[in-house]
Amino acid sequence: MSTSLLLLIIVLIGFIAYFAGRARSFAQSGGKLANLHSLPGYHGSYVAIWAMLPAALVLAAWLIASPLYIDSSVRASLPDSVRSQGEATTQLALGQVKSVAAGLVRLNADEIAALENGSANLRETLAAKGVALAGEGEPYMIKAAQQFNAMRTYSRWLMSAVVLLVAVAGGIYAIRNITTRFRARNQVERVMLASLIVASSIAILTTIGIVASMLSEAGRFFSMVSPVEFFFGTVWDPRFAAAGSSGESGQFGLLPLLGGTLYIAFVAMLFAVPIGLFAAIYMAEYANPRLRSTAKPLLEVLAGIPTIVYGFFALVTVGPFLRDISTQLNGLITGNYQNFIQAQSVLTAGIVMGIMLIPFVSSLSDDIITQVPRALRDGSLGLGATRSETVKRVILPAALPGIVGALLLTASRAVGETMIVVLAAGVAARMQLTPFEPMTTVTVKIVHQLTGDLEFTSPQTLVAFALGITLFVITLCLNIYALYIVRKYREQYE
Amino acid sequence: MMSEAAVEKALDLKMNTVPYKMIGKDVSVYYGEKRALFDVNLNIRENTVTALIGPSGCGKSTFLRTLNRMNDTIENCRVSGRITLDEDDIYDPSIDVVELRARVGMVFQKPNPFPKSIYENVVYGPRIHGLARTKAEFDEIVETSLQKAGLFNEVKDRLHEPGTGLSGGQQQRLCIARAVAVSPEVILMDEPCSALDPIATAKVEELIHELRANFTIVIVTHSMQQAARVSQRTAMFHLGNLVEENDTDKMFTNPDDQRTQDYIMGRFG
Repeated sequence: MSTSLLLLIIVLIGFIAYFAGRARSFAQSGGKLANLHSLPGYHGSYVAIWAMLPAALVLAAWLIASPLYIDSSVRASLPDSVRSQGEATTQLALGQVKSVAAGLVRLNADEIAALENGSANLRETLAAKGVALAGEGEPYMIKAAQQFNAMRTYSRWLMSAVVLLVAVAGGIYAIRNITTRFRARNQVERVMLASLIVASSIAILTTIGIVASMLSEAGRFFSMVSPVEFFFGTVWDPRFAAAGSSGESGQFGLLPLLGGTLYIAFVAMLFAVPIGLFAAIYMAEYANPRLRSTAKPLLEVLAGIPTIVYGFFALVTVGPFLRDISTQLNGLITGNYQNFIQAQSVLTAGIVMGIMLIPFVSSLSDDIITQVPRALRDGSLGLGATRSETVKRVILPAALPGIVGALLLTASRAVGETMIVVLAAGVAARMQLTPFEPMTTVTVKIVHQLTGDLEFTSPQTLVAFALGITLFVITLCLNIYALYIVRKYREQYE
Repeated sequence: MMSEAAVEKALDLKMNTVPYKMIGKDVSVYYGEKRALFDVNLNIRENTVTALIGPSGCGKSTFLRTLNRMNDTIENCRVSGRITLDEDDIYDPSIDVVELRARVGMVFQKPNPFPKSIYENVVYGPRIHGLARTKAEFDEIVETSLQKAGLFNEVKDRLHEPGTGLSGGQQQRLCIARAVAVSPEVILMDEPCSALDPIATAKVEELIHELRANFTIVIVTHSMQQAARVSQRTAMFHLGNLVEENDTDKMFTNPDDQRTQDYIMGRFG
C-alpha cells in the first residue's frame, strides 16, 4: 500500500471518527447540549485527533526508521570481500543493489530464473527494461536485491497494518472516553497549542541550523586562511587554482568587497530615502483617501518586482544611459567624447537599487507617520501652523525614531541585495572612491565563488561561507538595532 | 484690560452692551451626506466666557470647530452660512486660514503637548508666526504665557524638560499657555477638563476665569456645574440645533426652553 494511499485512509478514518465522536456526545447528552461540558464539535475533533495523530506519528517514524534498518541488514548480508574494501565501496555496492532491486521488479519469472542460473547477463537484461547499472553486476547482487525487495514489501505491509491498527485503536479509545462531563474542548485546545509551538519552533530551529552550518563551514575556511588575513586584507584575489596545484590559495581580503557593498548601499539609500520619505509624507498627510487607496498599492507594486528584473533594467537601460550621457557631457565641456561613467558602476547599481528600495522606505515610513496621534496634528494646526510646518516641526520629529528604524531595516536589505549588483555593479574587487567605476560586493563574490565546478573543500569555495556569515552578522546587527529603536518608539504612545 | 468689576457690571446689564466678537449666521455643517448642524445663529460676545452645552453628538464641538475652521482638516466636511470675526467673514476665500487660527486659538479635549521641551512647546506658535526674534523676546513670551496659564512657578526650573513629562493638569495648562503665546483674540476650548482630575479641573477653571479679562473664550463642556461656574453666557445644543442661548444665570435658574430645563435637571443626555 503506498504511503499516500495510507495517508488518505488515515484522513478518512479521521473523518469517520469526527462524526462518530460527535454522534456519541449527542447521544450522551440526551438531546440537551447544555448537559455537555464541550460542544459536540469538540468531541468530534478530539476523537479525530486521537485517530489521526498517533497513526501519522507512527507512519512518520516507520518511514524514517525502516530504510535505515533494511539498509543495514542488506549491508550485513553483502559478501565479506566487498565489506572489507572499506566504507566507500560498500556504499557503492549498496547503491548498485538498490538499482538491481528496482530492476528486478520489472522482470518476469522466466527472466529471473535465467539470471539466477547465470544464463543471462544482469546488466543487459536490466538495460532492456530501461534500468541502467553503473557497473557490471555481480551474482551476489541478485540475492541481495531479492532480499532487499522482500524486506521492503514486508515492511510496507507491516507498516500499513500497524498504522491502520493504531488509527482505529486511537479512535475507539477516544470514543470510549466521551462522557457528558468530559473536557474535550480543553484537550483540543492543548493539541492546538502544541501544533502552534511546533510550527514556531520549526522556524526558529531552521534559522539556528542555517547559522550553525554556515559557522561550521566558515570555521573550515578559517582553518585554512587566518581570520586576520580575511577581515583586514585589502586584496581580493582568490586565484582559482587548477586541480592538484594546492598551496596556491590566493588572497582573501574582505575589505574591498565590504567597501563596495557599503558604498553601493549608501548610494542606493541616497536615492531611496528622500524620494521614499517625501512620497510617504505626501501619502500620509496630503493625499485624499481616494488617491491614497490607488497610489499606495501602485507604489508597493515596485516592491513586488523580482530583483533580477531590476538587474536587467540596470544592465540594458540605466547603465548605457548613464554611459552615453557622460559621453555627451564630457564632449560638451572638454570636447573629448570619452565617457567617464562606466556602464557597470557603483552609480548604476546604486540608482537601480535605490529605485527598488523606494517602496520599502515609503511604505514603512507611511505606517509610522500615520501612527503619530491626530491630537498632535490638530494641536499644531490649531496654533496656525501650515501643513508643511506641522510635518516639519511636529510630525517628523515625533516619528523620527520609527523612521530611523525603518531606514535601518531598508539598509539591511540594501546590504544583502544580490541580483541587481551581480548585473550592474561589476566584478572588479577594488577600493576606490569614484562612483563612476565598477566595484563589487560581498553578495556578488558569493555568487561567483559558488558557481562553477569546484570541490567544496578548497578555500576558494569555502570563503563563500565566511562572506555569508559576515553579511549575516551585519544585517542581523542592523535589524536588531532597528527593532530596538522601533520598539522604543512604540512605547511612547502607549 | 477689563476689570472684574466691569465684567460683573456688564453681567448686570444682561450683557446687552457687550459687543459681539464673532457672529454665526445660519451655520450648517455636513459630514458627507450627514448634516450635523442646522442653521445655527449664535453670537459670541467679547471678553466673555460662552459655554456650549448639550448631550453627546448634539453638534456643540462641531460648531466650536467651525469658529477657527478646524473642520477643514476633516475629510468630506462642508460648512455653509456665515461666520464673522470682527466683521471679517472667516470663510471668505481672501481669509488665510493660518492667520485665522493665529487669531482664534484652540485647546483640545485631551492635553496634546508636542513631544518637545516645555519651552519649545510655548514658543512653537510665536516661532511660526514670527512674533519674536531674539532669545530674550522668546524668553519673555514663555514667561508671560506660562504665567498667564498659572504654570510658571511649577515649571520655571525645568523649562527644557519634555512637556510630555508633566502631569495631565499641567499638560493642559501648558497647552493653554501654548495657545496664549500666539496672543489670539479668541480661545476655543473643547472639553478642556474632561481628561483631568477634580483638582486640576479647578485650577483650569480658575485660569479660564482670569483669561476672560484678555480673551474671548468659547468652551464646550459636558459638566453643567462647570458651565455654571466659568461662563457668563450659555448656549444649549440639541440634535444639531441651537435650542437656547442666554445669560448663564438665567439659563440655570429659569430657562426659556423646556428641553434646556430637562437637560439641566438631568432628565436626558
